[in-house]
Amino acid sequence: MIKRTVQFKIYRYDPDKDEKPYMQDISVELEPSDKKLLDALVRLKTKDDTLSFRRSCREGVCGSDAMNINGKNGLACLTDVDNVAQPIVLRPLPGLPVIRDLIVDMTQFFKQYHSIKPYLVNNDPAPERERLQTPEEREELNGLYECILCACCSTSCPSFWWNPDKFVGPAGLLNAYRFLADTRDQDTAARLDDLEDPYRLFRCHSIMNCVDVCPKNLNPTRAIGKIKDMMVRRAV
Amino acid sequence: MNVAKRTFDAVIVGAGGAGLRAALQLSESGLKTAVLSKVFPTRSHTVAAQGGVAASLGNSTEDNWHWHMYDTVKGSDWLGDQDAIEFMCKKANEVVIELEHYGMPFDRTDNGKIYQRPFGGHSMNYGQAPVMRSCAAADRTGHAMLHALYQRNVRANTQFFVEWMALDLIRDADGDVVGVTALEMETGEVSIFHAKATIFATGGSGRIYYSSTNAFINTGDGVGMAARAGIPLEDMEFWQFHPTGVAGAGVLITEGVRGEGGILRNSSGERFMERYAPNLKDLASRDVVSRSMVTEINEGRGCGPDKDHVMLDITHLSPETIMKRLPGIREISIQFAGVDPIKAPIPVVPTCHYQMGGIPTNFKGQVVVPKDGNPNTPVVGFYAAGECACASVHGANRLGTNSLLDLLVFGKSAGETVVEDLQSGNLRLKPLPADAADVSLARLNRLENQKNGTQVHDVRLAMQRTMQKHAGVFRFNDLLKEGVQRILEVAEQAKNTEIKDKSQVWNTARTEALELDNLIEVAKATMISAEARKESRGAHVRDDAPDTAEHPNGRDDENWLKHSLWFSEGNRLDYKPVNLKPMSDDVEPIALAKRTY
Repeated sequence: MIKRTVQFKIYRYDPDKDEKPYMQDISVELEPSDKKLLDALVRLKTKDDTLSFRRSCREGVCGSDAMNINGKNGLACLTDVDNVAQPIVLRPLPGLPVIRDLIVDMTQFFKQYHSIKPYLVNNDPAPERERLQTPEEREELNGLYECILCACCSTSCPSFWWNPDKFVGPAGLLNAYRFLADTRDQDTAARLDDLEDPYRLFRCHSIMNCVDVCPKNLNPTRAIGKIKDMMVRRAV
Repeated sequence: MNVAKRTFDAVIVGAGGAGLRAALQLSESGLKTAVLSKVFPTRSHTVAAQGGVAASLGNSTEDNWHWHMYDTVKGSDWLGDQDAIEFMCKKANEVVIELEHYGMPFDRTDNGKIYQRPFGGHSMNYGQAPVMRSCAAADRTGHAMLHALYQRNVRANTQFFVEWMALDLIRDADGDVVGVTALEMETGEVSIFHAKATIFATGGSGRIYYSSTNAFINTGDGVGMAARAGIPLEDMEFWQFHPTGVAGAGVLITEGVRGEGGILRNSSGERFMERYAPNLKDLASRDVVSRSMVTEINEGRGCGPDKDHVMLDITHLSPETIMKRLPGIREISIQFAGVDPIKAPIPVVPTCHYQMGGIPTNFKGQVVVPKDGNPNTPVVGFYAAGECACASVHGANRLGTNSLLDLLVFGKSAGETVVEDLQSGNLRLKPLPADAADVSLARLNRLENQKNGTQVHDVRLAMQRTMQKHAGVFRFNDLLKEGVQRILEVAEQAKNTEIKDKSQVWNTARTEALELDNLIEVAKATMISAEARKESRGAHVRDDAPDTAEHPNGRDDENWLKHSLWFSEGNRLDYKPVNLKPMSDDVEPIALAKRTY
């Protein structure tokens, strides 16, 4: 394979030395084994060790390396570097405070995730063996439990940009429905009460950016619709 | 530099499966606990486990813990401690059922129970036929488990210090452990975490190899910290090469693929495992399958233009089965191998995957070291669990699905032991030594001021290439000898790493330099222990210890049925006996035998 050079335009900001953020033009020559955008960034970091980004599993399950790639949120490790238009413009996820370079402060994102009580509530005495669930009941959790909390969805959502403190956001709501849909969970009424609020749930206007960007092909809009259905059903 | 002090009953380093399971025990007991993690907990590498967690629930085939224990001892090539193995296999059902109660979304059988699939080396009736023992959530078991454990910790109000990197273990003049130093990545500030108990759950160190299924973060931080603080490392020569990493990319393809019926084929399409393991075939133990694959490749029957891999074939499975049971594998295969496994086989090659050795512990999670003639004297205040620890349940070769079980059982056990030791008053808050933070500050100071040094990337690459070449699937006497010299040279280069990034804010160059300090301890321990062990056992197979009548499979029980202990200081080796005696009278010791599948 011929050596390829990739051109980047990368958002840079180090609060220790930079007065304000700037876009850096930089290129790197890739090795034949560099296939993904993350490989290219790791290669670039051998040239300039000050470039800062999060990464861990490099296979799309840990959710660390979410960033804005040519205007669209995605995971660097699941993006084929050869299929991205150059110069590749990289920015931190939009809507969250930037700590440094491509690293954002995710406090608000996790605060919303924590706010939906992301754990199973079942107050019956624990049985000796597993709680039973039919394969069909278990299938209801598919498309929900696979969320990797990368924040691609919530940080692409205009409703979340405007009200990150009040709107739970697509990731949090997808997870809220994950517990509402679980036959083992007994907290349905309280969960719905908590979301019955002009902001927490109803700021979703079905813009569907979340669906468009989810690297795991999950559908938060559909989950949000299901929560709204549950509210309607219990109202009648 | 100003060093803040924080005081806790217990500090846990690492928030993967073992750390989170230990944390639950402590948080739910109302103890003041800090959990430090250099990544947000759900980014820990447990998340990447795929195929399942072992427990003899017997939901689909008859099963019991005696069979599981036998398989584990045999899998370990008799190097595992039988008391710890008995403990783990007996506890398996309890910890898996607990997880289900926490909300883990296991797949289900038609009658609503936890779905179980066959896995390598797991058998019924002492090796007779494959058993369905691996409890699975599709092929995302680790992800489902890690999230369920994190969620339960949210419920328990566990106090996390997220994106804090532990730097060094603090021991006082008695050698007791009184906490750790840690660096907050966002600010660059160093703190002392002063605690009555310190639990290491820092995971593995697979990044010492060039080709690894492991995440970037798997840099052996706890193992390196322990080694620098004078704790020996046990059985570090034993590394698992997973048979099925995606060729070229290293990304893991679960053994569950073969559990669901997948078959390994060579260049002529032959199911070659029938020749090497006539009974369990593709579901033989991992070390056996990996060596068979490398033998096929070495003898010219590899696939592809360079004949450097073999094929994992599931094209005979129904698309429905693949979509339902192996959806993540299909995604990975399309992403990283460029093939849809419904239509074409996946190119795979053995890839470094798991560290069988680690910080020596007993089944209670206490770290144990040789002292006053007792090879297993607990270090006061120090506990470890999960991949960073060596209990030892995996011995010379781990069975698939026993790692998720290990971190649940021993994470819980370490947590329980700490709770007991704290509530009984056995542990108290010992004063911090005056120089508690000096080692860490000196390391940071050196990095800050290093001139004309080596590049972290270059040294790490030299280490990884050396490990790959000199301590791989098959080992050779001359390569090991040369490897020892080479890795000691690389270790010298690691002392002078230089970084250009001097920022205090999220300085990842500094993080990588500090991680390299940990990796290099693991690399030295591995190479030196491997060179010294003059037999073949489990994952450690060398050319000068072949299969003979006197030494079946090259194993030499007379001289080498013992655990290695490597001390960083002076690269000294010591040994301690393997515990061949189970902990109770419920089971007879599993007698030594030749390992065949």
